[in-house]
Amino acid sequence: MADTLADTETLTGPAPTAAPDFAGYSCPLPLRDHPRVVMGHGGGGALSAELVAHLFAPAFGNPLLNGLADSTVVELGGARLAFSTDSYVVRPLFFPGGSIGDLAVNGTVNDLAMSGARPAYLSCGFILEEGVETAVVARVADAIGAAARTAGVQIATGDTKVVEAGHGDGIYLNTAGIGLVPAGVDIRPQRAAPGDVVIVSGEIGLHGVAIMSVREGLEFGVEIESDCAALGGLVDTMLAVTPDLHVLRDPTRGGLGAALNEIASAAGVGVEIRERAVPVPAAVANACAVLGLDPMYVANEGKLVAFVPREHADAVLAAMRSHPLGARAAVIGECVPDHPGMVVARTALGGTRVVDLPMGEQLPRIC
Amino acid sequence: MKYLEEFQNPELARGLLADIRATVTRPWALMEVCGGQTHTIIRHGIDQLLPDEVELIHGPGCPVCVTPLEVIDKALEIAARPGVIFCSFGDMLRVPGTDRDLFRVRGEGGDVRVVYSPLDALRIAEQNPQREVVFFGIGFETTAPPNAMAVHQARKRGIRNFSMLVSHVRVPPAIDAIMNSPDCRVQGFLAAGHVCSVMGTGEYPELAERHRVPIVVTGFEPLDILEGIRLTVRQLERGEHTVENAYARAVRPEGNPAARDMLEDVFEVADRAWRGIGVIPASGWRLSERYRDHDAEYRFDVHSIATCEPARCRSGEVLQGLIKPHQCEAFGADCTPRTPLGATMVSSEGACAAYYLYRRLGTPAAPREASPVG
Repeated sequence: MADTLADTETLTGPAPTAAPDFAGYSCPLPLRDHPRVVMGHGGGGALSAELVAHLFAPAFGNPLLNGLADSTVVELGGARLAFSTDSYVVRPLFFPGGSIGDLAVNGTVNDLAMSGARPAYLSCGFILEEGVETAVVARVADAIGAAARTAGVQIATGDTKVVEAGHGDGIYLNTAGIGLVPAGVDIRPQRAAPGDVVIVSGEIGLHGVAIMSVREGLEFGVEIESDCAALGGLVDTMLAVTPDLHVLRDPTRGGLGAALNEIASAAGVGVEIRERAVPVPAAVANACAVLGLDPMYVANEGKLVAFVPREHADAVLAAMRSHPLGARAAVIGECVPDHPGMVVARTALGGTRVVDLPMGEQLPRIC
Repeated sequence: MKYLEEFQNPELARGLLADIRATVTRPWALMEVCGGQTHTIIRHGIDQLLPDEVELIHGPGCPVCVTPLEVIDKALEIAARPGVIFCSFGDMLRVPGTDRDLFRVRGEGGDVRVVYSPLDALRIAEQNPQREVVFFGIGFETTAPPNAMAVHQARKRGIRNFSMLVSHVRVPPAIDAIMNSPDCRVQGFLAAGHVCSVMGTGEYPELAERHRVPIVVTGFEPLDILEGIRLTVRQLERGEHTVENAYARAVRPEGNPAARDMLEDVFEVADRAWRGIGVIPASGWRLSERYRDHDAEYRFDVHSIATCEPARCRSGEVLQGLIKPHQCEAFGADCTPRTPLGATMVSSEGACAAYYLYRRLGTPAAPREASPVG
């Protein structure tokens, strides 16, 4: 024990004890009880899940919401319809590889496609901030129109509201969509089963890094473009091989890590992935290394992860690779009966780690 | 990226592991000092690949975790004031003070911004001359030079509305304090490579000699960590205790003289409280007298804020390797990664969080919380 510790004058803290008190070591704890909404409630992680489970689900109280899928399949007049809605508050409005308009169409189209539905009609609501240039609104509207045509959907209804200057971020969008689910198709997270092969449709992390590169003014030396795209065509190609796909999910907020956790949790199965098999572009890996982020938790807007019965896996993978949006599809792991509800990654060195559900927003680490 | 993939090569890793296995003959307890190293170890599962004889104790080298509650409360108080733009590195926003965190201050209307460099905060100050811009300057010797540069530039360019709330800590006094702790089990250190890239290695021979403990300057990629462990174990097996540099591609013996000059100019050594550990003499930096105009503690007069830290968990004992995480009564019950009581459960870098996750692999899974819709 150092004698000097006992009589040192303190400048910043409480009176010194005889020696550093490791036994009393306690450290910052994230607050659990939030009287007010914090950003993490929208981050797609554990805080978002809590908000849904403890606030929205009890208030809405109906079994349709328990499905926890990207879209809900409802029966109406003998038809099976997938139904979904999403709001878009991205900043900046235009980014490498797309815009808020592309996101608003593709995001909702993809949510429908993840139920195996053929997306058909979208609604589109604009919340405009007073003072935003009409030319900017026009650019966004054009992007919406073009994206809808590419995705093969029509904007069937819409709405416009204007809020006072300072009460919005230029343009917020909301879209909702419906699509028909073909007979014999039953795709939802609960159907993941041990033995399923886990396939990702391409390189992960592009959208999140593209947004960060412009939002934070970071230069990586390489322009990284968002992967924003409508996945309906790719899903059609996969369904042509077999209608018996078990799960589809587009790993947006929270990335591949959150998507796999949600599936493992919904189906009560374990997921094992081989880290080296996950396609991460060098530019994304480098940006994440600099920022202290994990590509597994970075957002995608044009990728899907599929749980496919083993007997169909090779054919589905081949079909995906024949489609432009699945050219770099890869088997990344499998569904297992062990450790239900957990996602485990085998690292390149041969160790394992648990890929946990992120808490809220991913924050760059200091060191 | 150059120097990233090359230092994750599985074949080379197997070679280093085989060498460690061939060298080790009895149990050794090593401490990696830096949180970044802990992150790599857990992220790549390195601890699972080592022979049983090599135990890694995760040191208090996470700047977020060791920043004292009092400083967090001062930050919250300043950030909540009207007219202030409070800038911080991202991962400080989630760290709770006595009754809230920076996220919540922002939720309540405070202007709290995440920046990637203190110079970004300086730019914000230039662009908003009518506002007070405060940067939260925390961290080890690694983040200190850019923070010093920001204050230096502010003074030189007369950016009067820029100030910094400083709570810097230094590694060597912490190593000394750990070795002086009566129950210390640490037999060798992996020193923090990036700290040494700034400060050099000159501070360590005296520590190695006095405590008869090997200190190996170690980098952050998997191969760096394994090489650091290999050299430390080799020294221990030979009964040596010298300072070795296993991170020569980044660390020169003299460090970075320009950065050290900048530190010398802007900061002065001060006693610092480490969260949960207590005050360690001469273990930190504060702004020196002539930069007081840019010292947020003086500008906002938050000296009177004093806090009392609750001792609610046993992570201090975990840090010294005195108990294993699951031997703590709160482990897995009151204390989980979602509801952490202490530093070591807060992030994937902490020993308790890692232990919690891996132990769950061998036990029935705890019930999971519901997932979000859509």
